[in-house]
Amino acid sequence: MHEKAKDLAQAVIRKEIGRREFLRRTGQLGLGAAASAHVLNMMQTKALAADFDWKKHEGTTVNLLMNKHPYMDAMIANLDNFKELTGMEVKYDVFPEDVYFDKVTAALSSGSTQYDAFMTGAYQTWQYGPAGWLTDLSEFISDPALTNPNYNWDDVLPNLRAATAWSGIPGAPLGGDGAKQWAIPWGFELNSVAYNKRIFDQLSMTPPENMDDMMEKAAQIQADVDGVYGIGVRGSRSWATIHPGFLSAYANFGQTDFTMEDGKLMAAMGTAESKEFHAKWVKMIQDSGPKDWSTYTWYQVGTDLGAGASGMIFDADILGYFMNGGGNAEAGNLAYSAFAANPQADAPTPNVWIWSLGLSQFSSQKEAAWAWMQWASGTEHGLFGARQMDFVNPVRQSVWDDADFQSRIAKSYSGYLEQYKASAPGSKIYFTPQPLFFNLTTEWAASLQKMVAGEVPVDEGLDQLVDSVNRQLRSVGL
Amino acid sequence: MSAAAKRPFMRLALPYILSLPALLVCIGILIPFGTAVYYSMQRYNLAFPMGRGFIWFENYQAFLTDPAFWNTIRVSLLYTFLTVTFELLLGLGVALLLQRRTLMNNVLSIMLMLPLMIAPAIAALMWKLMTNPNFGILSYLVGLAGLEDFKWASDPGTALFTVVLVDVWVYTPFMMILLLAGLRALPRQPFEAAELDGVPSSFVFFRITLPMLTPYILTAVLFRMLESIQQFDIIYAMTQGGPGDTLMVFQVQAYLERYQYTNVGRSAALLMVLWAITFILSNIFVKQWLRLRERARGV
Repeated sequence: MHEKAKDLAQAVIRKEIGRREFLRRTGQLGLGAAASAHVLNMMQTKALAADFDWKKHEGTTVNLLMNKHPYMDAMIANLDNFKELTGMEVKYDVFPEDVYFDKVTAALSSGSTQYDAFMTGAYQTWQYGPAGWLTDLSEFISDPALTNPNYNWDDVLPNLRAATAWSGIPGAPLGGDGAKQWAIPWGFELNSVAYNKRIFDQLSMTPPENMDDMMEKAAQIQADVDGVYGIGVRGSRSWATIHPGFLSAYANFGQTDFTMEDGKLMAAMGTAESKEFHAKWVKMIQDSGPKDWSTYTWYQVGTDLGAGASGMIFDADILGYFMNGGGNAEAGNLAYSAFAANPQADAPTPNVWIWSLGLSQFSSQKEAAWAWMQWASGTEHGLFGARQMDFVNPVRQSVWDDADFQSRIAKSYSGYLEQYKASAPGSKIYFTPQPLFFNLTTEWAASLQKMVAGEVPVDEGLDQLVDSVNRQLRSVGL
Repeated sequence: MSAAAKRPFMRLALPYILSLPALLVCIGILIPFGTAVYYSMQRYNLAFPMGRGFIWFENYQAFLTDPAFWNTIRVSLLYTFLTVTFELLLGLGVALLLQRRTLMNNVLSIMLMLPLMIAPAIAALMWKLMTNPNFGILSYLVGLAGLEDFKWASDPGTALFTVVLVDVWVYTPFMMILLLAGLRALPRQPFEAAELDGVPSSFVFFRITLPMLTPYILTAVLFRMLESIQQFDIIYAMTQGGPGDTLMVFQVQAYLERYQYTNVGRSAALLMVLWAITFILSNIFVKQWLRLRERARGV
């Protein structure tokens, strides 16, 4: 029976039958859906080996530094296939996100050979790349001796490929001339609205359509639903407060973090439009945000939505996705909506966060590590993770096009695909790449905290921020 | 070489050999210290490897005109003053209550040590949950007392109070146990004489107990002060130095500079300033402690 299932899996790989037909036929053979999927995944992995020498680094152990994340869980769940394919061993250290990036910085800045590859964000590469800690992956991707012919780099969404490539020149566009591919996109998030449909139905409300509407609806939830606050957004003293909903809405009003004047970066948060937007954002938090907003990370924003403590969030789309399952009190009640803050804007402009894979410059076995990276970011693993795990949002177009993935999302996450389709065209990294990203964006978050606390008026706070940011840029010659 | 010839060499070398372990420890401490001094005089940001260079005291000079630095000095000193003062008063009070050796007092003194056995970062997370405005037990209790919208560490007006509270909860037992040991080690004769003479208890406390206990108080305060001015885990776990810059103490700022902003030079300079402050404060305390000891010996 197992052999017959393998034959059927081969037929799927040869594209003679579809995946659904495969599952139907293996079902007739008495094989459950999970077992069938396992057989198919195993056979697909074996098929990979046909065109490329995956065994080149057999016996080698690759060491990874990873963040505790569903992407990591999906990788571990499929890791045996990689080991079987390559004969390699994989060791990994996993750290929670609170301390993860500090651990990466410590490991890389010491020049340690302890880790070969690691998870990183695109913003982090603006620091790690110029510091000389990352390997330019363009050379690996374009070398047929190192990269399997089915890797299909062009299948990775163009915005994401560009977002993880940079020339290292402050202010130069991502993916522009002379850009080095500092990392490989692995999974990503757009920023949109996820809301509690039960609460919205109770108040006969539709999802917010612009900033003013969001403020009004958040205030209405706050006033009318006992024990529930209007809207969850991040607020901790960290750059991570700026990059999700805040920057997505800010960019929708045509505002930027920096402008280039005479070859110099200049802080651009002090415009009249920026001040108007900040004032609205601050008022929304004061009126309808969580009481302890200034300590809120993505974790609190997400769990409050899942627990029914907030009416909606404007944050990473996958946060709403994750909270709509598991043991969350509001699982099944959450819905999604693309969001354009500016009523005059044509479309949403979500800022993007990309979990990516980086290759340490200090690795003593880069080719072996690249073998793991191309497998982990390849189509087969992407399909496995999207169909069977929470490896969402996938970075490959072929995975988005997969009928099984689409039907799974449509079935359990109502409106998610529609939200994605509406958000994706305008999505990109809206920050200006520059090496002081973390200082300056954290300072922006600290300023926002002062404004929300009423320590400083919005106008004055932004003027102070602009002065401080420009002074810091000049101090390093930018 | 004859044994007789070897002996004078050994006699000469022995002190050096015996002090070798101490010398090695000193070198072990001085190398990172010297490295930090060296880094503090460099323009050294890991994200700008080409810009690295020796700039003497420019990092320190930049502090003089940086309001954020002066805020860090102010917050660090205020935090230290408040925590050490409250911990001293509470620790002394509890130690006085537990001074008599009874079974109950012995059990209580062990029980009161429990907060000290919890890692401060864990204690901070525990308090973060207890002060959560939505479901925290302390928020509920202050709500019953009429403070409906008390925001604890998330409001600039109450953030310092909140972290001081956590620090006091964690470290008062440390103060208490040192002072209790001191109280129990005091000679009995002056107290017995005072009792025979019918001296009022307040007089005994201020004129006998407190002066005799002062060396212990100075020691306990010195230990706590050194740790408090270097506070990191409670503040970082609760607020990361916020809201705004309300709790931006030295260690948190230096940590952010080094690990998030990769500015090694500035981080090292901040730590050198912190070292200078702790050095000056501990020198004052140690000199005071030595003076009291001399006085106790009747010198």
